[in-house]
Amino acid sequence: MSNLKQLATRQAPLCGGHRACAGCSAPDVVRQVLMASADPVVVGSATGCLEVSTTIFPYSAWNVPFVHSAFENAGASVSGMEAAYKSLKKQGKIGDEKINFVAFGGDGGTYDIGFQSLSGAMERGHNMMYVCYDNGAYMNTGIQRSSATPRGAMTTTSPVGKVIQGKQQQRKDLTACMVAHEIPYVAQTTPAHWRDLNAKVEYAFSIEGPKFMNVLAPCRLGWGYPMELTMDMCRLAADTCFWPLYEVVEGQYKLTYTPKEKKPVEDFLKPQTRFRHLFRPENEHVIAEIQQEVDRKWERLQKLCTL
Amino acid sequence: MKENINSWKDLPIGGIVDEPGTAMAYKTGDWRTLRPIHNSEKCINCLACWIYCPDSAIILKDGKVESIDLEHCKGCGICAHECPPKVKAIEMVDEADFR
Amino acid sequence: MGKTRVARTGNEAMAEAIRQINPDVVAAYPITPATEVMQIFATYVADGLVDTELVPTESEHSAMSAAIGAQVAGARTMTATSSQGLALMYEMLYIAAGLRLPLIMAEVNRALSAPINIHCDHGDTMGGRDAGWIQIFSENSQEAYDNLIQAVRIAEHSDVLLPIMVTTDGFIISHAMEDIDIYSDGEVRDFIGTYKPLQPALDYKKPITVGSIDFVDYYFEHRRALAQAMSNAKNAILEVGREFGSKFGQEYGFYEAYKLDDAEVAMVCLGSTAGTGKDAVDNLRKRGIKAGLLKVRVFRPFPAEELAARLKDVPQICVLDRSDALAATGGPLYAELLAAMFEDRADHTVINRIYGLGGRDIKVGEIEELLSSQVSAAAGGKSIDRIGYLGVRE
Ligand SMILES: Cc1ncc(C[n+]2csc(CCOP(=O)(O)OP(=O)(O)O)c2C)c(N)n1
Ligand code: SF4
Ligand code: SF4
Ligand code: SF4
Ligand SMILES: [Mg+2]
Repeated sequence: MSNLKQLATRQAPLCGGHRACAGCSAPDVVRQVLMASADPVVVGSATGCLEVSTTIFPYSAWNVPFVHSAFENAGASVSGMEAAYKSLKKQGKIGDEKINFVAFGGDGGTYDIGFQSLSGAMERGHNMMYVCYDNGAYMNTGIQRSSATPRGAMTTTSPVGKVIQGKQQQRKDLTACMVAHEIPYVAQTTPAHWRDLNAKVEYAFSIEGPKFMNVLAPCRLGWGYPMELTMDMCRLAADTCFWPLYEVVEGQYKLTYTPKEKKPVEDFLKPQTRFRHLFRPENEHVIAEIQQEVDRKWERLQKLCTL
Repeated sequence: MKENINSWKDLPIGGIVDEPGTAMAYKTGDWRTLRPIHNSEKCINCLACWIYCPDSAIILKDGKVESIDLEHCKGCGICAHECPPKVKAIEMVDEADFR
Repeated sequence: MGKTRVARTGNEAMAEAIRQINPDVVAAYPITPATEVMQIFATYVADGLVDTELVPTESEHSAMSAAIGAQVAGARTMTATSSQGLALMYEMLYIAAGLRLPLIMAEVNRALSAPINIHCDHGDTMGGRDAGWIQIFSENSQEAYDNLIQAVRIAEHSDVLLPIMVTTDGFIISHAMEDIDIYSDGEVRDFIGTYKPLQPALDYKKPITVGSIDFVDYYFEHRRALAQAMSNAKNAILEVGREFGSKFGQEYGFYEAYKLDDAEVAMVCLGSTAGTGKDAVDNLRKRGIKAGLLKVRVFRPFPAEELAARLKDVPQICVLDRSDALAATGGPLYAELLAAMFEDRADHTVINRIYGLGGRDIKVGEIEELLSSQVSAAAGGKSIDRIGYLGVRE
């Protein structure tokens, strides 16, 4: 693991002048992931807030090679780049320096429309890392629900109406789906926990094969909290065990953070306007159900860590 | 690449941006309503503000906070909020005070 | 020059060309009738006969996406597909062209669903005709092989840099055995040369951003540049076709004219039907009807001026389309040829028949009858419809 002084000596992968909202966490995820690589990186990305806000022609915020082609194909696209690297290196057409290949996708581009492409790339065993920055909705198109949107959350396609209030379904557990791919490394973290993130990414870059990281990425616009609290939102997600920090190395589960005191999920929901309606008396049972679900999953995760 | 082109013939092939970091030429500083003011006397150079700034606006020199890039800082206040409570070396000040 | 005469199906001929091209990366997904191209090629990879990294993706969308990634990275990249597979790639076809990537595709023409059908028509390829891909049709296995070799040079030409698809007709060519000339590996490799990507994304010392978003201030200029590349492809196709001729014996252009010089009636078509058409032309000539044939080899860029000039003196023209544009005005080849011929204001009658959908056979006799009835209608006999279908149970 590197400390901040060491990371500060690395080239900044992303510069200022991008158009993400003030306080957006996605650029933080990118900076922290890429700065964890001591070797050169080549980046691919799905369409979404990150890609759109950083590449408005002729202004690119990227200081490293960056390739975007479509929304649902970051896995496939980066797998092709990695195959090209392998082929050209094998033939001596390029030097044999190590390059780390990284794909970034939002939750929509990863959990939903790009799920198949991700699954295929991981199954084929490409030496690449896929990083999902999960802000829990299709933010770029105006906050529509995705399969990563938490139960109860208000989005523009799961609005709060007279009869139906917010998203009715539980979120998909993509990290578990990726564990089921039995790839060498799967992890979950947040940018607020930069040491945790850095240690995970450094480890991931040190091993061969496909790697997957699910990184919680608060969106102050879609979540509706004061923008300076972006990192606090990550901490609340971890401290309530809504978003546990863990890793799965060759199938072996390990918690990398255990809150000193597990906070009630309300603490995470309360500061966000997308959950405001849940605090009406008639919706209290929804919060209780969300709490039950968090507890159930937390207990299961703890058990998995003892296996 | 030139910023103002007279002809499509002046564009790099394939819509690429053929240089890194050209977004530096785009100033997002005017989005700001609050301005971070860094106090280097209080600062303990823990670099929390630097690691969390989404706009790469905390400028370091020799591992220490040198200044804040006000041409790009959007005034989100993350840096001030993340600065250790006992230090509080960054203060958010109304941008109107500077006009 | 080393030529070997061998018996090959269209798919085998394409696979042989891909082996000789020895691409850095191939990304593909199986679909009848193109599957075999990749199956054969996979054995070359397994036997170490090529340097290629084979990426057997989980879908055609991912095959084209991986191919785009590989080509952006700096690799010479190829793929193969048909029908639903090509349709699943459509989104990415436009992107490959917009990014100006000289990807090469072996496309085996097959009808589109529904109803699902595995046999030949050109509906799949026509669906991608406005995507910015160069499209070259082949009459037989020899042409499929020759076209694929030329495709590398055309796509990678510095004035062009566009993706290219070389098509054969599903089953009719892809699975039919023919004697063809195969050139030596060395000569093919000399001809295609090595790939020198302009600005490969793998060059991390010169980082580029690929696939950025354009607002109203740049999109039009980027698309204008793309359009110019397609216009430039015309010269490149002729240049490469001539050079191919001087090296390997058979020269290629935009079209092949068969007995057209004195023709009073000419059929115009794409692909394997030209073979059938030539027999019909011979039979008609024996019966005293001066028939001729124009086989269009290059559909994108559409060689409008050249086709119109070649047909200028032919009064009766019959365009045979193996796909239906479902536009209520005939097939795509007809529409484009008609537009091309409008300029010369000559006194032609141009009719259209949509034929052979879903692999329906077209017979020599049917073409003969069609052309002779057009000739007799022109001479004041029984009139015929301008647009219609051939070989369907009406
Ligand atoms: C095939 C396709 N369908 C839909 C879209 C429109 N679209 C662009 S970005 C986006 C949402 C992105 O959501 P996510 O992946 O979560 O990233 P975010 O914007 O939230 O960061 C959508 C729906 C598209 N570009 N392509
Ligand atoms: S909408 Fe959300 S994810 Fe998108 S740029 Fe703004 S804060 Fe970031
Ligand atoms: S206010 Fe926000 S953008 Fe400005 S320096 Fe602080 S963290 Fe960066
Ligand atoms: S967070 Fe505060 S103390 Fe730490 S480096 Fe920044 S300004 Fe200095
Ligand atoms: Mg999202």
